[in-house]
Amino acid sequence: MATQQNVTQDPEKDSAVRQATKRNESAMRPPVDVYETSDGIRLIADMPGVSKEHLRLQAEANTLTIEGDLVFEMAERMEALYADVRSTLYRCSFVLSSELDTSQIEAILKDGVLAVRIPKRAAFRPRRIEVQSG
Amino acid sequence: MFEGLWGYEHPLSGQFRRLEEELDAVFGSGASLTGTRNIRSLPAGSFPAVNIASTPEALLVYLFAPGLDAKAFDISMQQNLLSISGAREISLDDAATYYRRERFSGEFRRTINLPDDADPERVEAKYANGILTLRIGRRESARPRQIEVR
Repeated sequence: MATQQNVTQDPEKDSAVRQATKRNESAMRPPVDVYETSDGIRLIADMPGVSKEHLRLQAEANTLTIEGDLVFEMAERMEALYADVRSTLYRCSFVLSSELDTSQIEAILKDGVLAVRIPKRAAFRPRRIEVQSG
Repeated sequence: MFEGLWGYEHPLSGQFRRLEEELDAVFGSGASLTGTRNIRSLPAGSFPAVNIASTPEALLVYLFAPGLDAKAFDISMQQNLLSISGAREISLDDAATYYRRERFSGEFRRTINLPDDADPERVEAKYANGILTLRIGRRESARPRQIEVR
């Protein structure tokens, strides 16, 4: 199921990201695709095990920070035999540029894939310039 | 739980973890102290990542495969050899400029050598939040039994 949420802009809410950052665990950097279209930038991140409740997105000044907690289905008296994944924290951050409108960021999380859309301010959307022959 | 295994079991385990990480960097994940790996292991960072755990009753296999459909997985098990394959095709936007393309696209297969007591008749699979979780029953006879001393 797709869930949509707005990016936190309130500096008071910084604490969620900061607290997680203080956690004594090395974060994994999720693999991302980043591409630009005429109306904005899209960022797609693979974050398996993260649900909407465990995802934190924050645009502060010109930095976009993404954090998520990986949640496993656990069982009693469980012992690890093999682990490619040894952390339960994802984190990545990107510096944005001024033509991007950080107040209009949208994010959708589905099946452990986060899709973020960062629109360009209207004034920065490219206009096609017609060349007239004559 | 997996971080716990390497994190706090023993005062030395932190050092072992660092050593293990260095070995991973050199030999790929799944490396033991002598750099010996399972013959079917994949290089570090291969898609999808796998964690395996055991309980007295079952083996749990986690496959970190986001952005797929539950029906996209082809799971088979022969004796104790578990094989999971599928494909994740990421279509590109022709009109876009790409800066990073780190996400895996294409066909994948992971073959996992489970402990001998894995029971291929009792396998349950579930897909949620991009993790495929397999629960494989362990054969009764292999379970440790409490022996009473008279």
